[in-house]
Amino acid sequence: MRKLALSDDILMQVEKPARYIGNEVNSVMKDKEHVAIRFAMCFPDVYEIGMSHLGIQIIYSMLNEWEDVWCERVYSPWVDLDRLMRDNHIPLFCLESQEPVKDMDFLGITIQYEMCYTNILQILDLAQIPLHAADRGEDAPIVIGGGPCTYNPEPIADFFDLFYIGEGETQYRNLLDWYRKNKEEGGSRLDFLKGAAKIPGIYVPQFYQELYNADGTVRGRKKLYEDIPDTILKEIVMDVTNTYYPRKPVVPFIKVTQDRVVLEIQRGCIRGCRFCQAGQLYRPVRERSVDMLKEYAADMLRNTGHEEISLSSLSSSDYSHLNELLDFLIEDCGTKHVNISLPSLRIDAFSLDVMSKVQDVKKSSLTFAPEAGSQRLRDVINKGLTEEVILNGAALAFEGGWTRVKLYFMLGLPTETEEDIRGIGELSNKIAATFFETVPKDKRVNGKVQIVTSTSFFIPKPFTPFQWAPMCTKEEFLEKAHLTKQGIMEQLNQKSIKYNWHEADVSVLEGVFARGDRKIAQVIESAYKRGCLFDSWSEYFHNDIWMTCFEDCGLDIGFYTTRPRADDEIFPWDFLDCGVTRNFLLREWKKAQAQTISPNCKVQCQGCGANRFGGGICFWEKAHA
Amino acid sequence: MKIRIKFAKYGTMKYIGHLDMMRFFQKAIRRAGIDIKYSEGFSPHQIMSFASPLGVGLESTGEYMDIEVLSMTSAQDIRESLNSAMVEGVEVLSVTPLPDHAKNAMASVAAASYSLRMKEGSFPIDGLNEKLQSFYGQETIPFTKETKKSTVELDLKQGIYEISTNKDGAIHMLVNASSSGNIKPAIVFQAFCQFAGVEIPLQACQITRLETYADSAEDTSSHRFIPLAKV
Repeated sequence: MRKLALSDDILMQVEKPARYIGNEVNSVMKDKEHVAIRFAMCFPDVYEIGMSHLGIQIIYSMLNEWEDVWCERVYSPWVDLDRLMRDNHIPLFCLESQEPVKDMDFLGITIQYEMCYTNILQILDLAQIPLHAADRGEDAPIVIGGGPCTYNPEPIADFFDLFYIGEGETQYRNLLDWYRKNKEEGGSRLDFLKGAAKIPGIYVPQFYQELYNADGTVRGRKKLYEDIPDTILKEIVMDVTNTYYPRKPVVPFIKVTQDRVVLEIQRGCIRGCRFCQAGQLYRPVRERSVDMLKEYAADMLRNTGHEEISLSSLSSSDYSHLNELLDFLIEDCGTKHVNISLPSLRIDAFSLDVMSKVQDVKKSSLTFAPEAGSQRLRDVINKGLTEEVILNGAALAFEGGWTRVKLYFMLGLPTETEEDIRGIGELSNKIAATFFETVPKDKRVNGKVQIVTSTSFFIPKPFTPFQWAPMCTKEEFLEKAHLTKQGIMEQLNQKSIKYNWHEADVSVLEGVFARGDRKIAQVIESAYKRGCLFDSWSEYFHNDIWMTCFEDCGLDIGFYTTRPRADDEIFPWDFLDCGVTRNFLLREWKKAQAQTISPNCKVQCQGCGANRFGGGICFWEKAHA
Repeated sequence: MKIRIKFAKYGTMKYIGHLDMMRFFQKAIRRAGIDIKYSEGFSPHQIMSFASPLGVGLESTGEYMDIEVLSMTSAQDIRESLNSAMVEGVEVLSVTPLPDHAKNAMASVAAASYSLRMKEGSFPIDGLNEKLQSFYGQETIPFTKETKKSTVELDLKQGIYEISTNKDGAIHMLVNASSSGNIKPAIVFQAFCQFAGVEIPLQACQITRLETYADSAEDTSSHRFIPLAKV
């Protein structure tokens, strides 16, 4: 029987002890005497969130496929256990072996959103690993960061030994081989890092110094060693069919956010919405073969016993073989009582037909993401969704029996006017009106339609055309939300429309972290030391502490958020290369201001630069010709 | 066809709550490829019912659930395929086909036996068995149960069928576990500690459910408890 790291006494005191015991179906146990490398893979949030993340499942299964490696999982202890671990000096442990993280060779942390930064410090702190990479001794694990936030790693650069930029499937073997070799040769931690810095996709922040102009903007970077690269190109898997994918995902005991089989059908997106970071980072589009997907779907369902499967991608409707895949799933899953969930589908006759086959129409709701209230602003952000398409889709859906519609918008987009904001209420109203026009009175279920309109605040992200854009202040955001609400209240069908909006404080902070530089690290550390943790959970978010920390560190929030940036300003993340060129992004930024749209990759190549990877959608025409 | 499954739950699995155990078995049944019957309707669910929920922290060697299957080769095959889909800490002990008219597991539950032991060492009570007998020998066994809203006065006497200790130093008890008169072993233990004038925190004890019983007595004035698997 495995011995648990936590005593019975502690486990019986905390909420959901199942978060900390491991032992789940398909979790991997190995004999530690027969592995060369111990790897702790961490998602710095609570178990239910972390267990829902596909990326970790992919890396976990890949690393454990290798005989010489044992990869285990680590998540943030919830606040109740956090307290008990500190009081009792219990070191953070891995779920599988229940052994301390500090005894591992590597600690990999996936960084999916900016508001987890204090949780990264919690993980290091509870693991009893020095917070700063520079303070770590020979025995401390090598701390690696990965995931979307590493496309601007500078605000958290001090806390990591290295960042892995891009998709994990390609370079881990090289990195681990180098680790073993260096160890066998008696090399030091520094020797390892020096060698790692030359592996493609690997960034060792402590070997670089960020230099500033008098006004605080970045002047450039200084390398500490001549033979390390100036820029780091992201890693990417070009053949997404013959690669690593889990056949036996771990099945949690407790209900988690994503409690289902997740089938990633493709990577990348053809659409090029100008606010969207993922749409740029993961270019070019690469599809998995439909035969592979069928095989994995069947295997994963059999190996997990899940009763639901979900397709994952940035835009599922754009997958070439969606029809064939869905036919297979409906056929195969239907007989096994497995539900199919279809997020990110374009609403049209085809998708409605599929959804009516796999969902309870009465209970499910349809989602549209117009993102902006007017066609003008949708052109600015290059969201190729017209009012006509939305209203036609809604009409079809209402005819099909749906009565609930969710709408997502952003407030604070570049060039936004009051008119654009009023458009949110007007569009919501037109959809409600479409219901009453489409569905005769005697056929209306409960006699009404329910429109839920939600707005989030726009945050400019690195490697998007809007990386130059000023962000709104908190006050401007709240004023915009107020205007939106007013606009909705003025509508004829306002009783059918419910309006939700996000908190503005968190968005402002997220904006600072997204485009921050190395100076931000001290703010994050001081906020953590004053008790900030789980900042993405509104009940634990303390804006006042954060504000005090910015003040104490002498840093101005506006410098990072509202300040307009010149075309040629050097950004903290410019030394990274995600494939798309800065020239392309700047071109798109100009086109946005001119309200000019850019057709998607299937219609016309925009010359973004991602074709340098030599594959994916950039080469489809040629392959088919 | 109705089938009764008896299983044990121990070790780290004691931290998994009742609802999560149900979800665990639903997925295990799919992994094991058991041809279970589903309910009708738009969101069909497996026909499955548990005899009696087990609290978080308790271990058991006598848990039961009933399922309905459309086809099966043998009870032995179901037991083996289920066990191949288990994790450490859950073990299927027996699989018994039920007659069609059999009452379901939950409705059948009449009593359950438990053992209580100290997680470390033994109970700090001299003459434990004598004290248990004089505790049980009382005319009434009053106990004040405090809930969030109020306090309830209970008499535990009618619900306790046996209580004793044996050589291993653990307290064994057989108590009412029916839906109408269920008595938690922890309450009996607390009442006993009050009676014996000792303070032992509940967290210091490990409680194990040993077996769950149906009552096969012909009339209501007596009991004849038999394990659910033997019905």
